[in-house]
Amino acid sequence: MGHNGAAITGCGAALPERRLTNRDLEKMVDTSDRWILERTGIRERRLLEEGLSTVDLSERAARDALDGAGIKPHELELILVATVTPDYPLPAAACCLQARLGAFRAAAMDVAAGCSGFIYALAVADQFIRSGAYRNVLVVGVEIPSRIVDWSDRSTCVLFGDGAGAVVMQPADGERGLVAFELGADGRGREHLYIPAGGTVLPTSAETVQRQLHYVKMNGTEIFRFAVRIVQETLERLLEKSHLDYGDLDHLFLHQANLRIIESIRKKLRLPREKVPVHVDRYGNMSAAAIPVALFEEKAAGRLKEGDLLAAVAFGAGLTWGGILMRW
Amino acid sequence: MNIEERVKAIISEQLEVPLDSLTAETTFEEIDADSLDIVELVMALEEEFDLEISDQEIENIKTIGDIVNYIESRI
Ligand SMILES: CC(C)(COP(=O)(O)OP(=O)(O)OC[C@H]1O[C@@H](n2cnc3c(N)ncnc32)[C@H](O)[C@@H]1OP(=O)(O)O)[C@@H](O)C(=O)NCCC(=O)NCCS
Repeated sequence: MGHNGAAITGCGAALPERRLTNRDLEKMVDTSDRWILERTGIRERRLLEEGLSTVDLSERAARDALDGAGIKPHELELILVATVTPDYPLPAAACCLQARLGAFRAAAMDVAAGCSGFIYALAVADQFIRSGAYRNVLVVGVEIPSRIVDWSDRSTCVLFGDGAGAVVMQPADGERGLVAFELGADGRGREHLYIPAGGTVLPTSAETVQRQLHYVKMNGTEIFRFAVRIVQETLERLLEKSHLDYGDLDHLFLHQANLRIIESIRKKLRLPREKVPVHVDRYGNMSAAAIPVALFEEKAAGRLKEGDLLAAVAFGAGLTWGGILMRW
Repeated sequence: MNIEERVKAIISEQLEVPLDSLTAETTFEEIDADSLDIVELVMALEEEFDLEISDQEIENIKTIGDIVNYIESRI
């Protein structure tokens, strides 16, 4: 039997202790605190300590989310990990996390939709719950970009940071829960943000490594234009299909890639600052972890309250985009 | 409004500079617009005039007059 809806019943976040400031970056590449701050709004980002990997950060966020929901790992039926930086190229990060948690009754898979991954995964969880297939789903958004960026390329290495966020989704038959989702992709833009080598086009070889093709390459201007446009289109579609208006939103959670993108959108929509949480200044772009970390922080700060209507919209490599409307 | 006036109105709103401070000779450097401001401005102009401005063309734009000339040649 299906359910009328699915809601977030617990959330958690985990950030590495180690901070990397813009000043630190000045010593590594030809950049300046001023350039980074003006173009991106980023002041510092976190870096995962050597010796730790994706699963270490995911586990901390996941355990907090499970505690919040009041369930034990063995009650989980599905684990979805949104990431493009798994512990190994094979198998999925979700399997590493399943073993770490001891959640052996759960199916486990990754959702690789770049920075939109967490939104994609929430929609997947929502559908499994509505269909009646599962009741307890763990959704993690985790990214360790520090392990895939080229630390000698100033145009990308200053932008990203490591982090993890997690939520538990369960059936909800009242007002609470996911109201609508909107997902999309345009694979024609796949090379605007990609890693050339290490896949079947260019398997890893001494030559690909020597040519630095195993690192992230990005066309920043294309992504900027895409982001500003697609977030507004996605929001409009979400609101339209739910017969709601911008004025009904209590919070707009945007993917945290660049403050300039966030501000451009916020100003066009004429939303006040309090409704659009920002943490990119402290954490940089944490890809799929950005939105769950923001949910956790807003809830912990008491700003995200039961009954609030929120939208969350992300965009990223693929190109992909995704948005949800949710009654908290 | 003619094209120059429409362009100036968009620049004034987008970059938050007083309309009467803008002339055809004003450069983007003078009004403190960086490369991302220009990308946003180009997006607003594309919408207003229903045309596409390529990255290459953006590189050649230095003054408000350059934009006006470019748009006039295209519509
Ligand atoms: C990356 C981004 C900040 C770059 O800003 P931009 O204004 O487009 O910058 P450009 O690439 O045009 O570069 C402008 C100049 O700054 C330089 N530059 C780039 N990175 C720099 C850095 N860290 N420090 C100093 N200078 C830098 C460039 O080399 C270029 O110099 P040049 O004009 O002498 O060639 C911006 O494009 C952006 O944020 N895009 C979206 C990226 C994104 O969100 N990605 C993740 C999606 S999930």
